[in-house]
This record gives sequence, structure tokens and C-alpha cells, in this order.
Amino acid sequence: MELIKKYPKLFQWLFLLVVFFALCFAIDVPETYKFIRGQAEFVKDPNQSTYILFGKEVRYYAFDNFWRLPPLLGWLPIWINDGLFFLLNEWMPMEFWDSATQEYKTRPLVLQISRNITAFMTFLIEFIREILLGGVETIVAFTSWDFVSSYSWAKLPGLPWTIVAAGAAILGYKLSGKGLAIFAGLVMVYISVFGQWKPSMQTLSFILVAAPLSFAFGLSLGIMAYKSKRVEKALYPILLVMQTMPQYAVLVPAMVLFGIGDHAAVIITMVVAIPPMILLTLLGLRGVSPEVIEAGKMSGCSNWQLMTQVLIPTARRDILIGVNQVIMVCFSMAVISAFIGAKGLGWNLLLALNQLNIGLALEAGLCISLIAILLDKMSLAWANKQTDYFGNLTFFQRYKNTIFFGGALLIGVILAFIGSFFFKEGFNYFYEVPHNKGISTADFWNKGVDWIWDTFFQTLKIFNTWLITEVLQPMRALYLRMPAVATLVLVVGAGYIIGGIRSAFTVGCLALFIALSPWWDRALVTTYMATFGVIASCIIGSVVGTLCQQNEYTTKFMLAVCDIFQTFPSFVYLIPVMMLFGVTDTSVLIAVIVYATIPATRYTIEGLRSVPPALHDAATMSGVTKIQRLFKIEFPLAFPHMMLGLNQTIVFALFMVIIGAFIGTEDLGQYILKALSDKAGGGKGLVLGICVAFIGLIFDNLIRTWVEKRKKHLGIN
Amino acid sequence: MSDAVIKCDSVYKIFGTNAKKMLQESNGNVDAKTFQKNGCIVGVNNASFEVSKGEMLVVMGLSGSGKSTLLRCISRLTDATDGKIYIEGQDLLSLNNKELIELRRNKMGMVFQSFALLPHKTVLENIAFPLQIKGIETEESINKAMDMVKLVGLDGRENYFPRELSGGQQQRVGIARSLAVEPDIWFLDEPFSALDPLIRKEMQDEFLRLQEKLKKTIMFITHDFDEALKLADRIAIMKDGIIEQLDTPAKIVLNPATEYVEKFTAEVPREKVLIIEDVMDKPTTNNLSDIKVSKDEIIENVAEKILSQQKSVAVIDENNKIIGTVNPSRIIHTVFGGRKK
Repeated sequence: MELIKKYPKLFQWLFLLVVFFALCFAIDVPETYKFIRGQAEFVKDPNQSTYILFGKEVRYYAFDNFWRLPPLLGWLPIWINDGLFFLLNEWMPMEFWDSATQEYKTRPLVLQISRNITAFMTFLIEFIREILLGGVETIVAFTSWDFVSSYSWAKLPGLPWTIVAAGAAILGYKLSGKGLAIFAGLVMVYISVFGQWKPSMQTLSFILVAAPLSFAFGLSLGIMAYKSKRVEKALYPILLVMQTMPQYAVLVPAMVLFGIGDHAAVIITMVVAIPPMILLTLLGLRGVSPEVIEAGKMSGCSNWQLMTQVLIPTARRDILIGVNQVIMVCFSMAVISAFIGAKGLGWNLLLALNQLNIGLALEAGLCISLIAILLDKMSLAWANKQTDYFGNLTFFQRYKNTIFFGGALLIGVILAFIGSFFFKEGFNYFYEVPHNKGISTADFWNKGVDWIWDTFFQTLKIFNTWLITEVLQPMRALYLRMPAVATLVLVVGAGYIIGGIRSAFTVGCLALFIALSPWWDRALVTTYMATFGVIASCIIGSVVGTLCQQNEYTTKFMLAVCDIFQTFPSFVYLIPVMMLFGVTDTSVLIAVIVYATIPATRYTIEGLRSVPPALHDAATMSGVTKIQRLFKIEFPLAFPHMMLGLNQTIVFALFMVIIGAFIGTEDLGQYILKALSDKAGGGKGLVLGICVAFIGLIFDNLIRTWVEKRKKHLGIN
Repeated sequence: MSDAVIKCDSVYKIFGTNAKKMLQESNGNVDAKTFQKNGCIVGVNNASFEVSKGEMLVVMGLSGSGKSTLLRCISRLTDATDGKIYIEGQDLLSLNNKELIELRRNKMGMVFQSFALLPHKTVLENIAFPLQIKGIETEESINKAMDMVKLVGLDGRENYFPRELSGGQQQRVGIARSLAVEPDIWFLDEPFSALDPLIRKEMQDEFLRLQEKLKKTIMFITHDFDEALKLADRIAIMKDGIIEQLDTPAKIVLNPATEYVEKFTAEVPREKVLIIEDVMDKPTTNNLSDIKVSKDEIIENVAEKILSQQKSVAVIDENNKIIGTVNPSRIIHTVFGGRKK
């Protein structure tokens, strides 16, 4: 009894585990159970049970209710899908003027709205794209096809790559100085010389539309949430789910509403990029000290002046992190949205991966990563830039960037003009290096891959087989062996012990939603892969982080490495692992581990750094050794922060597991991928996405609650 | 007083959802404890006073006494729950947003405890900020701000960012910013509390020098009684939202109205606060010493002179007219005696 009183939590955990295992052993695996147990709406099988709810027939394989709950939410995806179709095709038909056919047409409202948004987005993308690459669409938008076909000059010429490269370098110089200028110039030259110009500019034009729009919407919504509690309350649950929702899953419903193509990609990107922007705006505005706001008011600011000149600039730091996140999400989505037909580097990357042409994929991946790093650096520099408006500048000094750009424009045009005589075979290399005419390193890489395969095939294969048969398969089997009831008890119990009734209720509801969906087994597989990745990442991350933290230089180096790695679009991680391990689960898991190790390492370092130096000194003066200090003082104090890192690690791992479906996994991601090619997949994709989000949210809730309690206990605010 | 620049008439500020209703029911007899039971916190409780032109009123109180809340009611950063506030005869609470902004742009300046500078602007830009908000052109506002930089002695640092300055320097920027629009009314909310003692003293002297020159109507908030004594024309001592006593420093030191006020005055070195006029007796003609002292002298400065005399010393006013006498034993009594233990 003494012991129970001393360690009450420990005994609660023990009790929970005992109950969990008892349930696991008490409930047998039904003989008819097979892993594949999706919603089988296309297959009619006499063994299936059915029920009808809200007019939707749901067929499923029934088991003992303790083993697997029946998919009582099976109607939900069908229902959502039908709802979407109804909205789009039947709801509120109205008369609209169609300018193309010059007559009124009856169209459902939502369809018309989606058409208008589509047209607007397409126009924006085409406009920027044609500035960079040339074309006629923009002029068509203002006039007509007839006009364009009758006047051959009526098209945007597109900028020669030399001008864009010079422009990027000048912009880099203006924002931050020589370093960024050189980097910007080199990136552009690289892209051009290696024949990636066209897809790169397509991707860039997509991002130049998506990022500012996401920023503007996110900022305004964030301000609205800051101003009104009601807006915040309405937004909060959506933001929470969107934070853990895999980007893949949004593709499907958006595709239903907006079709395929670049415009749909922009809309999806906005959907994914806006939530973090809102959160960070809100965080920043909340962080502005009340006295600064009062100072603004006492200076006689109107509401508008207060917002634009006091609040937003003061909250700049967080808002900028938001901008950064927006850009990162845009690049990530630039690749993923290739699935719904967005053009550019992502499309090439996807195509190359599909053909298992690792070299080509690597080239595209490198390009997109380089552009991502460039834009990331530029946005940061822009944010940190100070206007210096005192200095008596001469006319030249004041406008030197404009003058230089004008010069570059002139030289570029002249070069392109000369080039049109100089290059005989029809390609003007001073204007645009065509895709297949640049220097390609693909062969080199492919040979490298072949060499790796030839040389290490046996070793890799042995490792691969061992990992799959000895570790992954048993682990997966264990996860699937859990009866649904036992899992639910475990989740609810953990919630209760960590956060009391409230937490137990929240995580219980989230888990129940997944259990009642038709994809419980798949969710278990997703969880198993994520768990494996998270455990490995945490071990690697905390060890690497701790080691690096011992020295100031290694700390800085490691954080910089994390920064760069984080800038890579998530999809890019699949390339090197496919190089090494081919199309197997191991590839996915290694990508997961690499990707999820980033936050694990970063938060370990930051956590250890956050330990107050006074405590270091106090510990040293008490005569502890370095190891003692690490384990007795630094780890316990840094632990809450490191746990937040675990939270991020889990989200990262889940994202990568879902993306890994592209390589071929058997989890929720695979179904999301299937839903993409399914005409009635909108509802499915959404519900699947919500399932993944809920897995993330269960862990998120548990960890956050624990961290908050622990922080209170330790007296860290 | 007809020249009252700030006039408060039973001002209440009560925080809480049903504050208004409870205040109406209480008929002006606000008891903090009963309010607290109902989820309301009393910030300012029935404050009535006037500040006349060119006067410096120091509001003194410990944290939570409602002194900052009172200031925010008068600057209308929060709306008072009840009562009337007049700024130069204008009813503050009846102003609409536009009029309020106009008032702040032209009449009011405020200095904050944590400086509240805009981190993204340089010293000069911070000071020019209220001018630019008003819509004054960049060049003019910069020139004006430059004058302010010189006034507070920050020349040479005008292109620094706040984060590059020390606390004292930052507060100089805060002061310069609040003065940039040449306001008539100057609010200072614990402006020197976040500074080191030495810097604080320096800033206080600087502040007195400025006030000598500018003659603003000032409300100055502090939790430091010594600071209040040093700066104030009149002091209002607040506790739990109630003004316990409002009087000149000398009268507060000599006649503390409540036990609470007495706690502060007990430790005060009176010779540094009181002037001869505060302690002199009625004028008599006989048995006077040869020397004379001015009625405005601080006791500390003339104590030695008086104590070296056997007889009473004559006190004169600015016209050299004898208006009273002061006896050495009187000085001894004032400085050392008469304190309750």
C-alpha cells in the first residue's frame, strides 16, 4: 500500500497494461479474419453483412464486436460524396451569363462559384507563367481567341532565362547582399543549364500565386480570429485537424470540386498552407505586449493604423515564421499536387519515379529543393530587411537596382536576339534551354544506382529481408492482433491517467471514430509504421541532438542542417531511399525515419539549450560530472520541450507514411491514393484523411496534456 | 477650480461581466469583498479629484491598488464603469472614437513602464511615429523628432534600434515620443520603475528639468513613495482602488490621513521633504536671531544655520517680509520627534 501511495501513476499504468493484455489474450482471433477488410462496396459476397443508414447501404465483413467494431460510420464517406455531388450538380440552379457562348445558362450555384474561382486562379497562374515563359492565354483572357489568331504579335514573349537569372540575383542583392545574390544567380543558371527551365518556371509560377494568396488569407483570418473570440472558436477545431491532416487527403475532395490542373493545386495548397499561417499570426498578435498596443492608441492610431503600423510589425517574427511555413508547404504541395495534374517539376518528378528513373527524379528533386531554399532565404531576408530612409543618396544610388535590372533586361534581349542567329538547330540557348537539350546528369545517377545495386545487392537484400521478416512483419502482426476493444481501453485509459476525464473523453472519441470507420485495420498498419519510424527517429534524434549540443559549433551546424532538410519537399525524400532499397516497405520506413528525425533532433537541441545557464553553474558547483549533469539536470528539465518535439516527430512520420503509399504500402495512404483515381472518392479521401488526422490528434492530445502538467510541476511557464 | 485640466467625478472602474449591474445596485457604496465574491474586481473606487494646469499630480500606490487603472480610465484606454471625466471641460466618456483619436493626437502623451517602443522602428522613427500617424509629412516629422532627440539627449543615437539601447535610453525615447506632438497633458505610468536606482535618480532629475521648461499638466504614476515626494506638487495615495489621501507632500508627511498612509510617511526623512513654511510658528517680533531664512527653503539645507542659533529665526517671504519664526527646538522636534513607533 505504501508503494501505491508513493507511485500512484505507476500503478495506474500497470493496471491499465494488465487489463489491456488480459483483453488481448481473452479475445481470440476469429477464424474468418483476414487482414483485408475494407469497405467492399463493389464486391458482393454472401459472407458480408449489410445495413442501411440514411439511405446508404453499407456492406462489411462482420466479426465479434469485441474483436472489431462494425463500421457504423461506413455510410459517412458515401454520404459526403453524394452530398458533394448534389451541391455541385443540383443545388440551387440559377441563370448565369456565359460570355463564351453569349447566352444565359442554368447552372447550380456551387458549380458556378467553383468555375469562377477556377477561371480566376487559372488566369493568375497563366499570367505569371507567361511572363516567365511566354504564351497567349493572358491576352486571350482580355480579348479572344480570334484576336490572337489574327495577330501573330499578340502574345507575351516570355523572359529569356538570362534576364530572370539576373533579376533573381539583383533581388537577392537588394534583400540581403552579395551572398544571396550569388546563390540566387547560381541556382537560376544551374536550372537553366541543366535543362529544367520550363518545369521550374511552371512550378515557380504556381508558387508565386499560391504563396501570396495563402499568406493574405491566413493573415486576414488570423487577424479576424484575434479580433473576435467567436471567429477563433469556430476556426480552432478546423485548424487542429488540418495541422495533422496529411496533405494527400485534401487532394481528393478538392479534385471533386475544382477538377484537375494547376488551379486546383493552388486551391489545395491554400487549404493546407492557410492554417499554420493563421495559427502563427494569432500567436504573434497575442504576444504583442499590451503596453505597446496602448502606446499605439495613445499616439492616436485609428484601428487600421494600429493593426498595420503597430500590431503586425511588432508581431513580425511569428508572422514571418508563418510566411516561411507557407512557402515550405507550397513546395511540398507543388510535388504532391502533380497527382491532380499540376505541371512543373513535381510532374516530372512523379513521372520519373513511376518509371523508376532515379536519375531524372533526382535532378527534378534537386531543382525543386534549390528553388525552395532560395525562396526560403529570400523571404527571411525580406522580413529582416530594414528601410534606411535617411542617407542622402544620389539618384544612381537610390535607383541602382532598378537601373541594373534595366541593363540586364536590355542585355538579355540583345543576347536572345543574337542567339536567334547564332544557334542554327532551332534552339535559342540564350532564350530558353529546352528540357532535353540541357546537360543531364540522369545517366550518371542511374549508373550510380545500378552500381549500388550490383555491388551491394546481396548486403542490402539480406538487410532488407531481415528487417521485413524479423522486425516489421512481427510488429505488424502484433498491432493487428489487438482486439479493437483492448485498443480503445488502452487509449482511453492512457487519456485518463494523463489528463483525467476530459482527456480520456477526447481521445476516446477520436479513437472510436476510427474504430467505427471501415478502415480500422488500415489505421493499425499506419500506426505501426508511424510507431516504428517514430521510435527510430527519437533514438537517433535524441542521441545526435545530445551529442551535438555539447559543443556550440556542432549545435549551430546541426540546426542549419535541420533547416535545410526541412526545406526539402517531403516527396523528395523518397528518391534516395528508392535508389537504395527499391520499392519496399523498408524504403518507406527509412524515408519516414530520415524525415521525422529532423524535428526530433531540433527539439532535443532546443530543449537542452533552454535549460537555464544558472542551473548549469549551480550543478557544476555542486561537483557533478558531465554525465551526471546531463541525466540528473538537463534531461529532466528539457524533457517537456523534447516531448513537444516528439509531437512534431509523430506528425512528420504520419505524413511520410501516407506519402509512402506512392511506393506501395498497405495502410490508409494506399486507400487515399486509390480514392484519387476513384470517381466517387471525394468522401472517402476526406474521411481517410480525418482518420489519419485523428491518429495524430490522439497522440497530440496525450503529449500536450502531459507536457503542460509536467511544465506546471517543474515551474516552467 | 476653473482651470482644472483633468477633472474626475466619482469615477468607478470595476472588472467583471455584470459590473454595471452590481454597481447600480450598490448605490455607490462599493465594497471590494462583496464584489469579489460575485466575480467582479474593483479597480477604481469612487475617485474624485482635479488636476489644474501645469500641476504635477503623482498617484502613489502599491501594485494592485488601481493606480494604473485610474490612469487608463483618464486616458480612456479602458472605459470607466461609472462617473464623469472631463478633459479641459470636455466630457471624455461621451467622445466618439474619432474625437477620442483627435484628442489623443493633439492633447495627450503617455510614457509606459516597459517603454513600449516599436521594435521595428529606429529611435527617430519611434519618436516621429505619433506625428506620422497624425499625417504630418515625413520630412517635417523627422525634423521635429530630431528636436526631441536633442531634448532628451540622445543625439548620435537616432538611428539605433530600441534593442540596441540601455533601459534608461529606451525610456528617454519613450519620453521623447510622448512629447513629440507637444501635448498639454502628460501621462507617465511608472516610467522609471524598470530602471536601476542610479539611472532612476538621473532620470528623475532630468524629468524635473524638462518639466521646469515645459510646464505640462502631469499625472505621474509610481509605487515609490520617495519618488512621489521628490516630484509631486500633490500626491494621491491609493489603496484597493480608493484614494486614501490627496494632498501636498508636506501635508501628507505631517498629517497622514489614515494608518495606511502613515506607514509610508513613517520612514520618510522629513528634513528632506518639508520646507520652513510647513513648520514655522506665528511671527513674533521679540527675541529674534540676526539671521533670516526663506520660507521655501527645505529644512535640510538651513537646519545647521538655525540650530547654531540660540534664539528663534525669522522666516521671510519673497518680498523680504517676515511672515513667521522658527525655533531650533522646533527643527529638532520635526526631524527627530513626534513619530509613533
